[in-house]
Amino acid sequence: MNPTVQTLLITLVILFTLLNFAGVLIWVERRVLALLQDRLGPNRAGPFGLFIIVADIIKIFTKEDWVPPFADRKLFILAPAIILFTVLLSFTVVPFAPGIVVLDLNVGLLFFLGLSSMGIYSTVLAGWASNSKYALIGGLRMSAQMFSYEVFMGLSLMGVVILAGSLNLTQIVEVQRGMWFIIPQFLGFLIFMIAGLAETHRMPFDLPEAESELVAGFHSEYSSMKFGMFFVGEYIGLTLISAMIVTLFFGGWLGPAWLPAPICFFLKTFAFILFFILLRAALPRPRYDQLLSWGWKYLLPLALINLIVTGAIVLMTGNPQPN
Amino acid sequence: MREFLFYFFAALTVVPGLFVAISRNPVNAAMNMILSFIGLAALFVMLESYFLAILQVLVYAGAIVVLFLFIIMLIDAERAPKSGWLTSLAAVAALALMVTGLLTLLYSGESGTFAVAGETAPAALSQTFGVELFTRYLLPFQVTGFMLLMAMVGVIVISRKDAAEDKGGEA
Repeated sequence: MNPTVQTLLITLVILFTLLNFAGVLIWVERRVLALLQDRLGPNRAGPFGLFIIVADIIKIFTKEDWVPPFADRKLFILAPAIILFTVLLSFTVVPFAPGIVVLDLNVGLLFFLGLSSMGIYSTVLAGWASNSKYALIGGLRMSAQMFSYEVFMGLSLMGVVILAGSLNLTQIVEVQRGMWFIIPQFLGFLIFMIAGLAETHRMPFDLPEAESELVAGFHSEYSSMKFGMFFVGEYIGLTLISAMIVTLFFGGWLGPAWLPAPICFFLKTFAFILFFILLRAALPRPRYDQLLSWGWKYLLPLALINLIVTGAIVLMTGNPQPN
Repeated sequence: MREFLFYFFAALTVVPGLFVAISRNPVNAAMNMILSFIGLAALFVMLESYFLAILQVLVYAGAIVVLFLFIIMLIDAERAPKSGWLTSLAAVAALALMVTGLLTLLYSGESGTFAVAGETAPAALSQTFGVELFTRYLLPFQVTGFMLLMAMVGVIVISRKDAAEDKGGEA
């Protein structure tokens, strides 16, 4: 097949799968949360209530699309587009299976980190452009939270980079043939998982939109599909973090020989998504200053120790992957 | 095509850079700054220096401008003191220096050495980058780190003094 056509095809399939998957995830999350809280969840429309996804989509597209007159119009419209753009673009470097990757970049890991740092603008600008106090506080919290947790999100991954000797995600997966990085890099995994949760502002860390304090935080003023884009962006972001955890620490597509690689990758990713949903049901929200001091005082030193120890061991035992 | 792309990204770097300077709205200025950084990153990509390009986006467009936005949102920029004659003087001086520098470069006859032939830039590999930084350029690297540390300590000292003065007031 023509390589251009092939790349285009892979891109379209990934895009289609992701956007639909985000819709299904909303249903999954509501059902699983309901299960944990001893209720039924959406169960009326269609088998297992699955058609609620269609109903949700129709609802969100037909609501009034309103821009508040006091808002900064340009930035208000731009903000929800940024989050969707950055998380979808991040998926271009995720290797789903050998050969099934849109962009096999040499600096793939940094590409992911760079785009996740650009994703911050979505919430910060939404909070600022809304020009209302709750949205502004949400945006402020978001920017402080994101740039704090971004620092050691990058640092926690450097152990993996040292062990793999590469920033290329496909190579990082290949190196894990002998042993998944979860074993030598358990500390890095824990830190990355916490930082990833904070970056996607999911439930234990959803202080920018804490509904008991800030109405809906940075997206208080948003309605219709503009709100929908934040919503979908959050679910795709969750999928992205899960996919990155699987790629970096759980051997990506590697698995038993009888299981096709993409399905193996999907199963692992889905397991992490379910885990994050369970976390949401299980954990309360910390106070805001607790979140920040916890990050700077505990997670950052831990990430640095992890980096130094990993580097020292690799230097002692000789370079494992001359590259 | 290559030439067109170069001029396109060069314009993307310079024009928003101008707007950063003349924009009245600080948030718009910050947004233009991001655009300018992205244009610069694209220029690095055209030199096949992907590592530098990604770092440009990750560090400058990502982290640093977010910090700027955070500050802009915290302080009331509308009520910030307007710039006085000293600022204008500094701007004129800076412009004069830049023009002098550019003219010197143009007429010194060394401009030919800046042309980059199709070769890969030496900083293209992240490994080369790290090794050079910790061997040949170790001293500048350490000095920069030390200066950053001094700036940090200075900020902490200044903010602590303010906190002590505020204690009698509302805090």
